[in-house]
Amino acid sequence: MNKYLFYPGCSMDTSARAYNESLMAILDVLEINLAEINDWNCCGATEYLGINLIPAYALIARNLALAAKQSNGVHTVVASCSACYLNLAKADHYMGEREALNIHVNDALAAGGLSYKPGSLEIRHLLDVIINDIGLDFVRSKVVKPLKGLRVAPYLGCMVPRPDYKKRWSDHEHPNELDRLLKALGAEVIDFPLKTHCCGGHMTQISPSTAFELIRRLLQSADQYHADVMVTVCPMCQMNLDAYQRETNQYFHTNYHIPILFFTQLMGVAFGKDPKELGFGRELVKANQAMNRIGVETPTEEPKAQPRRKKPTGLPMPAMPGEVGEEE
Amino acid sequence: MTTLAHKFNDTDPNVRFLEEVSERTAGVSRLEMCIQCGTCGGSCPSAADMDHTPRMLFALIRAGMREEALSSNTPWICVSCYHCVVRCPQDVHIADVMYTLKSMAIQAKLYKDSTAPDFSQTFVDMVETYGRSYEFGLATRHYLKHFPLRMPSMAPMGLGMLTKKRMDITPKRIEGIEQLKAILARAKQLEVVS
Repeated sequence: MNKYLFYPGCSMDTSARAYNESLMAILDVLEINLAEINDWNCCGATEYLGINLIPAYALIARNLALAAKQSNGVHTVVASCSACYLNLAKADHYMGEREALNIHVNDALAAGGLSYKPGSLEIRHLLDVIINDIGLDFVRSKVVKPLKGLRVAPYLGCMVPRPDYKKRWSDHEHPNELDRLLKALGAEVIDFPLKTHCCGGHMTQISPSTAFELIRRLLQSADQYHADVMVTVCPMCQMNLDAYQRETNQYFHTNYHIPILFFTQLMGVAFGKDPKELGFGRELVKANQAMNRIGVETPTEEPKAQPRRKKPTGLPMPAMPGEVGEEE
Repeated sequence: MTTLAHKFNDTDPNVRFLEEVSERTAGVSRLEMCIQCGTCGGSCPSAADMDHTPRMLFALIRAGMREEALSSNTPWICVSCYHCVVRCPQDVHIADVMYTLKSMAIQAKLYKDSTAPDFSQTFVDMVETYGRSYEFGLATRHYLKHFPLRMPSMAPMGLGMLTKKRMDITPKRIEGIEQLKAILARAKQLEVVS
């Protein structure tokens, strides 16, 4: 059993719920134990960095400090969201590179009774852990329903392979990790030329025409290669390509219909999990036709609502199976 | 020694602009190392919408043209894709310099269009209040102010996100919000890295 500290990030509980559901469903197969960092906060995405430097880094560093406190011999923090992964890695890297930043951030953390020593944690993306710790041979050995005949465009987006402070990826612009994983699942993987190009990020909210053009390029390329689905490793990429596909089509008078799934969803299908547990049906561009083509029935509507839990603090994060002793 | 004396006696803040930008950037910016090769602009997916390519912007900074540089839309159009960063032959931390320029433009109130700064500020307000991002609140506030006419075409998407439980109407608050507020309050007193 591989143990990791886990930083889910805000999207996993909202826009990327399908990512979270499918990840939770495959953890036992992968023999991964994720201990969620207690009371983690938002990483600030790409917004806080552009407002105020020290508060932005202090916001990120609170998570690192909490993780280090909870470590219990586990020093690897796994993030599933690309922006969260980069922000955590960035804070750890720059606090190590620039002493003045380190001093100021720790000064701020001290106001909350916390501290963080750069370099004491290893920040990694979920895909990296699956490829390099679990290994493709192990993944292959767990496949019971190969995704034979499903043409997949592997899409990594920007912030996982770049800037890559610790040189973890095979290439900054054309890394092959996701391709190899999807091939191990039996899928037909296209050599997607735009696999690390930008989805537009927050431009959908700020300069829609800029974002729509970047989304269009990705959809057009995937369509040219006759991809049945595009697979992402990032909540923001999934959101932009899925939720804004309709508006992009309207803007350019195009008619693309490319379902955008998380890689964990396809892993779940290949591992023989029930698609209902894998967050299928939450995508706005429906994936059921593409999945039917390989004989997989997926729901088109979201699963029935869970009874609402009423708490003054709002809904709690879903509990991780086999959470390890992080209770204070 | 004349040049050195000139540097220290000059009260024109523009003289030290390059130094200031570099100093306020996380990590070691290496902005001084730029050789004006233009690889950044050539790699940029959103350069077409920018007032200046990154290379031109860096030339403005080196020339001490503070107002022009801080009122350029370039940092606001940067999508943080890091293509330029990995291709830069001089390893300039370009994306981080863009963040620095945004924060300096906000302080100097030199941005031309408030859409992007408002979005960032609203996002940050939500995070400072709850400790988590709050998309529903953010989207509502932002669209009402900046894109009211876009709302009808957005409606099916927003509704889809709500019915598919991909957006919560109520925000989530972390338990340690007071701790976080104390950390951020202290951080705000420590603005510039030196």
